[in-house]
Amino acid sequence: MKVAEDGFWMRFLENRMAVAGSVVVILLFIVSLLAPWLAPYDPSAIDLKIVLAPPSADHLFGTDQLGRDVLSRMIWGARISLKVGFVATGIALLIGTALGAVAGYYGRWVDAGIMRFVDIMLCFPTFFLILAVIAFLEPSIWNIMAIIGLTGWMGITRLVRADFISLKERDFVLAARSIGASDGRIIFIHILPNAMASVLVAATLGVAGAILTESALSFLGIGVQPPTPSWGNILTAGKDNIDIAWWLSLYPGLAILVTVLGYNLLGEGIRDSLDPRLR
Amino acid sequence: MGKYIAKRLLFMVPLIIGITIICFAVMHLAPGSPTDMQTQMNPKSSAEMKARLRAMYELDKPIHVQYLSWMRRLAVLDLGTSFSPDRRPVADKILERMPITVSLNILSLVLIMAVAIPLGVLAAVHKDSLFDRLTSVFVFIGFAMPTFWLALLLMIFFGVQLGWLPISGLRSLNYEYMTPWAAFTDLVRHLVMPVLLSAFGGLAGLSRYMRANMLEVIRQDYILTARSKGLSERVVIYKHALRNALLPVITILGLSIPGLIGGSVIFETIYAIPGMGQLFYMAVMARDYPTVMGILVLGAVLTLLGNLIADVSYALADPRIRVS
Repeated sequence: MKVAEDGFWMRFLENRMAVAGSVVVILLFIVSLLAPWLAPYDPSAIDLKIVLAPPSADHLFGTDQLGRDVLSRMIWGARISLKVGFVATGIALLIGTALGAVAGYYGRWVDAGIMRFVDIMLCFPTFFLILAVIAFLEPSIWNIMAIIGLTGWMGITRLVRADFISLKERDFVLAARSIGASDGRIIFIHILPNAMASVLVAATLGVAGAILTESALSFLGIGVQPPTPSWGNILTAGKDNIDIAWWLSLYPGLAILVTVLGYNLLGEGIRDSLDPRLR
Repeated sequence: MGKYIAKRLLFMVPLIIGITIICFAVMHLAPGSPTDMQTQMNPKSSAEMKARLRAMYELDKPIHVQYLSWMRRLAVLDLGTSFSPDRRPVADKILERMPITVSLNILSLVLIMAVAIPLGVLAAVHKDSLFDRLTSVFVFIGFAMPTFWLALLLMIFFGVQLGWLPISGLRSLNYEYMTPWAAFTDLVRHLVMPVLLSAFGGLAGLSRYMRANMLEVIRQDYILTARSKGLSERVVIYKHALRNALLPVITILGLSIPGLIGGSVIFETIYAIPGMGQLFYMAVMARDYPTVMGILVLGAVLTLLGNLIADVSYALADPRIRVS
């Protein structure tokens, strides 16, 4: 893969923002993996004696309207947002790369058709489209991931298409074709690996976007459904208790902000390190 | 110019057809027929709702017949009657709320431009200065900020703790008894937080774009020419460079329209503003399918119109566009 080429890691490690982003992302992975051991309490253990208790030594981030420990719910919530971010982006990546590769490689009417489809999809306010689909389906975590992925592939298609258009005229592709390589072989073995760099950047930024969207949906009550903890649905409780329990609003939002910031910094760091001329 | 606009309008036709096909597909996306799915999985929909949906979208007929008759009614803005208890025509419900959403979005667009353009330009002119760095920190945070969370924090701080600003609706309860001036300030006080929030997301994007664009323009030959003529730095930057850097902003504003309209669901719901976004949210929650479909179509058409206006004004501002 082109990513590992000439001095990428050196430039990446010199970029303080990129390193900070990677630290956040790695920490989140660790927290999600170790959630059962890290969480001080059972995230769904209801204790009506300590409803809406402010942060204390026992409950660092306080408790919610059912007396559940907010910190524990946030730790488990990290798992949810990671899952949603990666599955949704994976779906978008598959669709976006496939359509972009086909459009860029074959050109002509195939390209025109696919790109008009992209234009049409871009006319929809994404959030409207997502909400409309949810109205017809049930809001479950799997539906949410699928919908976010299915409405978020257009940018990747454009990127991959642009890469394919410029790469398919290069000598190594002509060489492959002249020795009789099939279209599939040229697309997958020769061109795609060279287009992966920009896809990787788009995917990293896509994870951030998917996490933001999921939290907004969960906040509105049409995303991840309680009792499954997600950062967004803890914030819903924060809104309902806005005048008495600030901790329900503050910490989960901070977690979303830091997570999204982490992925964004990582994505931009990769981009800058791939091609220092772009800075 | 007339020819350019005609061409753009012609381009819109296939897009509109595509939009309606996707909207129509959303309705049939569910496994099985849409009516079966609702009654099995959703306790909120009754047998009566199922029958009405079946009658309205003629679900027993072949799919192309369904689509064509839906299109025929769409063409005259007949979006059916709402499933909510008021049973009013969907078109009426949407049209009475649309002005609120559109004017809120225009207000936030104005705010975005008023803040982001100077921010981006100054950051570019003073590249690598402290101000530039602070701006880029702001941009990064702006991109990562969940706006609904920022809304909560502002509500807690300005609404609950300080009590400076109202946290819901567009008007106070005693609105009718106020003097015109008091009524106006009342409206403004209600608008501060929603407009600020819907603008927030766009701010980061536009100021970053403006900075990049300005840096690009400053590198151009005609700027070098202007400098070598001995013009002052002020004239070079704010007259020669700024004008050229401002042009593409029109396109960016056009592109930001779907985000703004989509975002209106979030802040209209949080601040209880009776606009299209809130209507959409309530329709989704109540499974009011005719309203959901109607807003989905209109939201996309509104985006298309916004893009058209942006393209045409770009062509008006920059004659080079019309030629190519």
